[in-house]
Amino acid sequence: MANFSKSNVPQFSVDVYQNEYLPEGGREVNAVVTVTATGGGTIGGAVAAPHLYSPGEGPSAAVVLMVDCSGSMDYPPTKMRNARDATAAAIDALRDGVEFAVVGGTHVAEEVYPGGGRLAVAGVGTRERAKQALRKLSAGGGTAIGTWLRLADRLLASADVAIRHGILLTDGRNEHESPQDLKAALDACAGRFTCDARGVGTDWEVKEVTAVASALLGTADIVADPAGLAADFTRMMETAMGKEVADVSLRLWTPVGTTVRFVKQVAPTVEELTGRRTEAGPRAGDYPLGSWGDESRDYHVCVEVPSAGIGREMLAARVSLVIPQPSDGGVRGLGAQGLVRAVWTDDVAASTAINPQVAHYTGQAELAEVIRRGLDLRKEGNIGGATAKLGRAVQLANASGNADTAKLLAKVVDVVDAATGTVRLKTKVEEADEMTLETRSTKTVRVKK
Amino acid sequence: MSQMPQQAALTKCPSCEEPLESGDRFCGACGYDLSVVPARPRDEPTIALNGSVPSQAPPGAGGSPVPDASAGRGTPAQGAPVPPPAAPVSPPPAQGAPVPPPGTQVPPPAEQVTPAPPPAAPGVPVPPPAAQGAPAPSSRTEVARGSGVSAEGAVPPPPAAAAPAPSSGVRFDRRAQPEEGAAAVGRPAAQPDEYPLQAPDPRVAAEQRPAADGDAAVCVACRAGRVDDDGYCENCGHAQPRERDHMEQECGPVAAVSDRGLRHHRNEDAFTVGATALPDGSPVSVAIVCDGVSSATRPDEASLAASRAAGESLLAALPRGTHPQAAMHDAIVAAADAVNALADEPEAAREHAPHQNAPACTIVGAVVTAGLLVVGWVGDSRVYWVPVDRSAPAARLTEDDSWAAQMVAAGLMGEAEAYADHRAHAITGWLGADAYELEPHTASFKPDRPGVVVVCTDGLWNYAESADEMAGVVPADAAVRPLHAARVLVGHALDGGGHDNVTVALVPFPAVPQGAGSA
Repeated sequence: MANFSKSNVPQFSVDVYQNEYLPEGGREVNAVVTVTATGGGTIGGAVAAPHLYSPGEGPSAAVVLMVDCSGSMDYPPTKMRNARDATAAAIDALRDGVEFAVVGGTHVAEEVYPGGGRLAVAGVGTRERAKQALRKLSAGGGTAIGTWLRLADRLLASADVAIRHGILLTDGRNEHESPQDLKAALDACAGRFTCDARGVGTDWEVKEVTAVASALLGTADIVADPAGLAADFTRMMETAMGKEVADVSLRLWTPVGTTVRFVKQVAPTVEELTGRRTEAGPRAGDYPLGSWGDESRDYHVCVEVPSAGIGREMLAARVSLVIPQPSDGGVRGLGAQGLVRAVWTDDVAASTAINPQVAHYTGQAELAEVIRRGLDLRKEGNIGGATAKLGRAVQLANASGNADTAKLLAKVVDVVDAATGTVRLKTKVEEADEMTLETRSTKTVRVKK
Repeated sequence: MSQMPQQAALTKCPSCEEPLESGDRFCGACGYDLSVVPARPRDEPTIALNGSVPSQAPPGAGGSPVPDASAGRGTPAQGAPVPPPAAPVSPPPAQGAPVPPPGTQVPPPAEQVTPAPPPAAPGVPVPPPAAQGAPAPSSRTEVARGSGVSAEGAVPPPPAAAAPAPSSGVRFDRRAQPEEGAAAVGRPAAQPDEYPLQAPDPRVAAEQRPAADGDAAVCVACRAGRVDDDGYCENCGHAQPRERDHMEQECGPVAAVSDRGLRHHRNEDAFTVGATALPDGSPVSVAIVCDGVSSATRPDEASLAASRAAGESLLAALPRGTHPQAAMHDAIVAAADAVNALADEPEAAREHAPHQNAPACTIVGAVVTAGLLVVGWVGDSRVYWVPVDRSAPAARLTEDDSWAAQMVAAGLMGEAEAYADHRAHAITGWLGADAYELEPHTASFKPDRPGVVVVCTDGLWNYAESADEMAGVVPADAAVRPLHAARVLVGHALDGGGHDNVTVALVPFPAVPQGAGSA
């Protein structure tokens, strides 16, 4: 529900959960950092978001919808029809005043609406014309996702807006450009706009779709049944409309001699951020978090500090949030910050305790990892290895209360005993189930507080 | 320790000695409010001291002045084991008896006053505190009568110290009573006299907290970084020394030093020292030492709040003429209230740890006047008595609220066995919202010779556990150079490993006027 008492300017807060006590000689410091934005847009409410703002009240935004129009979209023919309907539903969910465009994707990218390298401004008339233009969409040609993204980037760059977002739908493998081309396109677009990616049917490559969402800080999912597309698109668009602040970065300051082992988002999904660091002055680096609405995400930060004597205390890392300001190259701080500390003690009970949040997310990250490897081994025909990995996954999902993932796992393996992770691989697995598990393996649940 | 058998009802009014009937709440003759009498006359006497407990003052020890009694005041129930001895109360003379046992403690002829456990008292723990204040006055009056005088006389000469010698032993609570005849001096009753209502001396020792280092600019660890607002170096991240890491204070004749130690990352001990004057103008010194319970939340705040509250309470009450022992009891109650209040504060820090314990700390304090030494404590922080003349025995004046001490006191284990147990140092009494029941212990002594009172946390006594060991590390000139001696003692703990925060306050006995004490 919309909460009208909230200010439209999101307030960010940073909370750090850690066990700061290290044994003598201990160097690794782990912390879970919870970043929460409140007071901005409202996401998730089925209808609330699009109607929360009157024109001009919400943040300025631009959205490009990329729809796969390759030949395979005609098999079955309902797929193209569903894609059209879903795109129309997404257009209906656009807030008035938001700039948008529709791109048809094959081995090349084509502007379907409005055309001419421009964006249209959402309104009654433009929505209708856009939906009419969708009728022209027809299947034929190949798939080169990188070209779609580059076109979307050009279109979005033409708008002077706060939020830039893309929605990409594909049904097939990226066969008409090299993986390097896609990678290059993703690198070029990263940080310029965010993008959600969806695979429809079961003929697409999970790793390609998740790579797009991952690089562009969006979500990835499978829509196995094309009939479900419209609802999914509407939901995605509502979420996009709820974003209030774009390009938020997590700034991590660490003292001299400290190395950052990793920084990863651990909720709502596992997302590795370590390699995305950009240096930001002495001993500080920024990790992109994308755009934010009313939401809360958790990050696991692991740093290695120089060892110090018992009784010493040091600041192992300082976490803050910033928004780069393209205008002057500087950044705007968001106020909130959290301190990750290290305290050396000879109290064994203190130094061996594991913070519950850290333990939980360490388990969730392992869960995502063993599912990925288990499915890979299964594809390779390594039944023993796959059984071991997926059994461990069942155990972790069960222990951490990740019921959704546990349900998906149960469609791929027969669970004999969840507590011990004893499973048997199912001999016959629906392809959609396996792809769903793989796509959603990174979804995590939060610690029960 | 909490639940000990209750003490026997008083047989005589502690004030006028009129025989009482069981169930009386006030003396039929003088109207003395019996409910204020500490419930059990003695709680656990300092263990050792009692004849019963050998540990501390071995009989051989011979005259340790101090050892006698401790009176458990606040708590009603203490009664415990010791009490029996106390029992003697009824007949004042009896008391004398107790002393004898201490006989071991030769020197102190103690006269103790025994507190008479008021019949009613038992039941009521609370009353005591409040009551005490009240009673005191009355007693004063009474005292005034004869005994007082003598007592006083005794006192003044404190310096002479020896003078009082005749009797001064230890006394239990404050209740003054007739003394043992023998002791010429100390008429217990006197105590009150000692603090006749006089114009309160407004002098209150100003609290001088050591000022923080002015220059926060450069990191002390790497010498390269600037220190940020959070107290960490912007270069190497190391926490900068905090004000509380090492604190020293000298106030009149009293001095205290507190140090973080070598193994803990912050100092969770705190102290307050001060000097003021009693209504009659005679000097009185005060020292309070608190040790934060590490397993609790914000132990450093707890110890600071407790030491400040107790110190303020004492420095306000003593000039008003409140009997030192009552004032000590009240100060401990005030400290407990201050610590309890911390638990209520909706700290922002709370969200970080859902399951936190209420802030908690121990407390130990000493009040020294010209002729009287009053100690009070909850927890395992201690007070030791070290005579200037080292040929006389030193003594520990407090009994830990610890698992081991309880086991020993209850006769369930031998001392060696109890202290070898891993639970030995678990404390059974503390200040904090989650404490079972506040049971302040107080005891009063009349040393018969000059000495220095060592008020310390376990960070020190872990490295000088027995009274003799403690006496061995206290510099000979501790009474005249207390600050230096306190530094030496802290140094002793650090040399031993400094595994815990170390805090020690030294209070010379007898009290001398402000300014006269520091060398």
